[in-house]
Amino acid sequence: MTDQALPLPVRKSSLAKLAGAVGLLRESHIGMFGLTLVLFWLVLAIIAPALPLIHPLKQYSSHLLAWPLTEGPDGAYFWLGTDDLGRDLLSRLIWGARRVFIWAGLATLSAYSAGMLMGVAAGYLGGRWDDVLSFIGNLVMSFPLIVLYLIIIGRFGATPLNIIVAVTLATGPQVMRIVRGIVLDLKTRDYIAAAQVRGEHPLYIMLVELLPNARGPLIVDACLRMGYVTITIALLGYLGLGLPPPDPDWGSMINAAQKFGSFGANAMLWPAIAVSTLVLGLNMLADGLREISLRD
Amino acid sequence: MLPLIGRRLGMMILIMLVSSFILYLLFEFDKDRVVIQAIGPYTSEEQRQAWLEQNGYNEPFLERYIAWVGRAATGDFGTSIQFNRPVLEVLLPSLLNTAILALWVFSLTVLISLMLGVLSGIAEGSAMDRSISFLSVLTTSVPEFASATFLLAIFVFWLDWLPGTSSGPGSLFRKELILPVAVLVIFNFGYYTRMMRASMAEVMNSQYVRTAVLKGMPFQRVVMKHALRNALIAPFTVMVLQINYLLSGVIVTEVIFAYDGFGRRLYEAAQFNDIFIVEACTMIAVALAVTTQFISEIGYMFLNPRIRLT
Repeated sequence: MTDQALPLPVRKSSLAKLAGAVGLLRESHIGMFGLTLVLFWLVLAIIAPALPLIHPLKQYSSHLLAWPLTEGPDGAYFWLGTDDLGRDLLSRLIWGARRVFIWAGLATLSAYSAGMLMGVAAGYLGGRWDDVLSFIGNLVMSFPLIVLYLIIIGRFGATPLNIIVAVTLATGPQVMRIVRGIVLDLKTRDYIAAAQVRGEHPLYIMLVELLPNARGPLIVDACLRMGYVTITIALLGYLGLGLPPPDPDWGSMINAAQKFGSFGANAMLWPAIAVSTLVLGLNMLADGLREISLRD
Repeated sequence: MLPLIGRRLGMMILIMLVSSFILYLLFEFDKDRVVIQAIGPYTSEEQRQAWLEQNGYNEPFLERYIAWVGRAATGDFGTSIQFNRPVLEVLLPSLLNTAILALWVFSLTVLISLMLGVLSGIAEGSAMDRSISFLSVLTTSVPEFASATFLLAIFVFWLDWLPGTSSGPGSLFRKELILPVAVLVIFNFGYYTRMMRASMAEVMNSQYVRTAVLKGMPFQRVVMKHALRNALIAPFTVMVLQINYLLSGVIVTEVIFAYDGFGRRLYEAAQFNDIFIVEACTMIAVALAVTTQFISEIGYMFLNPRIRLT
């Protein structure tokens, strides 16, 4: 009974790991504040269909550009007022959040997948792969981002697919650059040498050994990147290059209201606040995560 | 050092050539599309053929491209469809306007971020440092079109102090510049400040600064004479590199405030399908980007003796 075997290290479930991460994040005020802001919008976006909202496309022609807390016909109550077509701002704001999360999420995911693959290939394979991929990255990064969007979306039209392609093209190389740097550092570790000696396929080493170990800084970067992409999606809407109307979109809401000068002040302020708080939340969350990752 | 400069120059030219080729492929490969955009959709077949022949579009694609690059290199980008005037003639005044805007933004941003970055970098973790850091995160989270909305609401609609649009002739000092400059400085200074802070904090922790403090040198003198100069090296490269990024913001801000600049020309040309202006603007932007990249790399080598000597 004395020489009891040491218990095997218990492999934590991913749920437990997540709980641990949130527990760590509680130590960072900035991170918690950011998380709260992001969750606020995320929860609203998810439960939007269940909320007792006026339909976001329903137009009250008697109440155009109404101020907050006005009462409309047939018992409608405009908490935040209405836009230039008499549509309820609160409802459009919340439905717009849904749209932002879906499209910014998809675009970030797509940019990240492309950027990670390119970065891990450039960093691990090196040589000609690195030369070609880095050149592509430098080439894309020589275009001011907005010029890239104007060219691609101006030339091929503002469809959801084109927007995702444009964001991927603009953001992917930036992700690649970060991943490449991390991989160059990880490449010299012993476990990579061990995998090489075992005769693992380079693809296995890149996807199973390298990428999961690079996740720390990448999670921080993904939060920041998601913030930029959110700005981009809203900006494209603002510039009239975004997803086609009439579904609510924060960027185009601001643009539409600005045309009415001081009468549109209320209608343009809310979406501007919405996009700023969401991006602020993502940036602060990234800051908090970075703070914690530097600690240990 | 010289071969390195040569290699960078070669890379610059290669990037310009490849991007010009992609651009030409994208916009002018399909010559039927070009002619419809140039002389309009309600033209007869003969008119279109005549235009294509006259402008050399019946040559093979590669020959057309080479001829186009040759003309573009000498500043001839063709005739604007919107204005029916040479593209360069249309763009020059707006380039000057954009330069005025960018000059203000760049110098104010650098000035503000240097001061804030040094203030927070010399005392890492202090209340001052934390407030400046928070301010930087806050302002970089508000995109240009949102901060423009806030400033418009306060200073134009409510207080009525400033004009809400900025079209009109360019000049270095006019009221119309205040809002666009403010919007861009607000969005950009946070990033620069963080760079400066990180660099300053690193230098302040270095041994030679500690030695200077320990031997009794006045703190102000340590910061100004010893720390600052070394702390400026890394942010310098970042700031120059950021000019490219800044240009993106300038374009957006010009559109928001209807400022008669390069960015608004590009945006309107893209809406109008004035492909010759779009091509010219893109090539100018790419040229600017590779030049700033080059300057930042060469500048870094000159500023940092550890690299210069090897």
